[in-house]
Amino acid sequence: MRAEAREHAIAARPPLSIGEVLDRQGVLAYVLLFPGLLILTVFIAYPFVTSLWLAVTDQSVSTSGARFIGLENFIGELGSQIFQQTVRNTLVYTAVTVVFKLVLGIALAVLMNQSFRLKNLARAALLLPWIVPTALSAIAWLWLFDATFSVFNWLLVHSGLTTRGINWLGEGGWAMTAIIIANVWRGTPFFAITILAGLQTVDRELLEAASVDGASTWQRFWRITLPLVRPVLLIVLLFSTIWTISDFQLVYVLTRGGPANSTHLLGTLAYDVAVRAGQLSEGAAISLYMFPVLIVCVVALLLYLRRSSTT
Amino acid sequence: MTTTASRRLLTVYLPLSLAAILLLFPFYWMLITSIKTNRELIDLSGLPFWVFEPTLEHYRVLFAETGFLRWALNTLIVSVVATAISLACSILAGYTLARLRFRGAGPIGAAIFVTYLVPQTLLFVPLLEVTRQLGLTNTLWSMILTYPTILIPFGTWLLMGYFRSIPRELEESALIDGASRFRAMTQIVLPLALPGILSAGIFSFTLSWNEFIYALVFTTSTDIKTIPVGVVTELVKGDVYFWGSLMAGALLGSVPVALIYSFFVEHYVAGLTAGAVKG
Repeated sequence: MRAEAREHAIAARPPLSIGEVLDRQGVLAYVLLFPGLLILTVFIAYPFVTSLWLAVTDQSVSTSGARFIGLENFIGELGSQIFQQTVRNTLVYTAVTVVFKLVLGIALAVLMNQSFRLKNLARAALLLPWIVPTALSAIAWLWLFDATFSVFNWLLVHSGLTTRGINWLGEGGWAMTAIIIANVWRGTPFFAITILAGLQTVDRELLEAASVDGASTWQRFWRITLPLVRPVLLIVLLFSTIWTISDFQLVYVLTRGGPANSTHLLGTLAYDVAVRAGQLSEGAAISLYMFPVLIVCVVALLLYLRRSSTT
Repeated sequence: MTTTASRRLLTVYLPLSLAAILLLFPFYWMLITSIKTNRELIDLSGLPFWVFEPTLEHYRVLFAETGFLRWALNTLIVSVVATAISLACSILAGYTLARLRFRGAGPIGAAIFVTYLVPQTLLFVPLLEVTRQLGLTNTLWSMILTYPTILIPFGTWLLMGYFRSIPRELEESALIDGASRFRAMTQIVLPLALPGILSAGIFSFTLSWNEFIYALVFTTSTDIKTIPVGVVTELVKGDVYFWGSLMAGALLGSVPVALIYSFFVEHYVAGLTAGAVKG
């Protein structure tokens, strides 16, 4: 209130110095927002518009002029076998990894929410898969899944479970399994740490009261803890869905989409088409197929945040 | 007593050890692979979990015969400059959205949040075109200027929360005493928001260090590459994998973020969970 009164006093006294103009909130706000908005406009908004334009033309690296061809790129992709396979791969990869990450993440968070020695060290160590560069940890997985020298195969063979090792990255179903394992390994710590932060806000007295009333550990978890951390779970799920559906690095390093396109995701297919084959327009159209899912997640998050900020 | 002890072993320490082994094994594997001799690497008869003739040869190759040091320098430059730009923009934007009343505050705040959710794979194709139009292709600037699009939305979001938690009265009393808004911001609000700024900075630095797809798409020459891209694209020659050097590079490229993170783990976790828990 006082600051506003001061502003009126300034407004009634022209002419204004630069300093005084900047003290008006409406002007100052846009001056302060300018650098950030400039970068976001040039490198997100403008590319997004460019992407829409590219997708409705036939531009490639080799052609100089682009021709408007309407929705031809989008329709053409729908009929392509590789694209259909890629969409199936992306959905399977996202659905399976997100479920595993959620279940394992909750389990790890509950485990870490107990008191034990060296807790801080354990928490720091368990987050490592999430914080190191994915492209680099994927190299470790590439070696772990090597057809000949895979240590998993060494264990399988030496324990007598199988006579021959698994061709992890060379056979469709196993290649999908391999990238799913690597993704779950990388993403579970994020789920665990975020859910743990949610668990720590749960009132212990509430749990003790329920315990006095005769509720079992399982009942307390299912009826009290889980409903209370539901907001956190929802947000983690939405974030992870967006990140997983748009994943690139793990697949690029481990399989390049192979064998026979069985592990291509939308991101890696768009890269192959746009960058390696130089078909910019087609690649842009493939990327844009992520957009509907993205919109659903964003709208869900915005609605949720609006609701939680009004209540 | 013994029953509680064995119970705790079963419910706490055993599952924790299992989780630790599963989550940390790939790092152990990187380390021992990087110090094995080539002969030991392809020896299928021996025990693979141990190193019998440790060697630093792969590290020598990495430093002497590849562009690793150049990539490390590039990654450092790009990460530091992109983080600095992003922090400056995020502090200004976060402060504005948290403190100032102006028309359009709601939509602008929502728009910045939405850009936080835009994945790199959605935009790398048009960005390739945009960086070409701006003449940035194959320069460090192509990364320095595009990474802030990943960092600013997060930083703004995080700092907005911090600025909101600082009592308005502190600032207003300074304004009443005749301080300009700029002075009130730099001398009262910023010092109090320092933990948040540190969180945003650490988070931005690690995200820049780890970024892969933009760096892969925007750069072509060896001496412009960052560590993740250099190691992945240059240490594999045709079908020949230099496993020892690959692992050495992967390990060394991971160490800086792991170190920074272990010193500031609280800030990192605060940054990681800010959106989820506060939101």
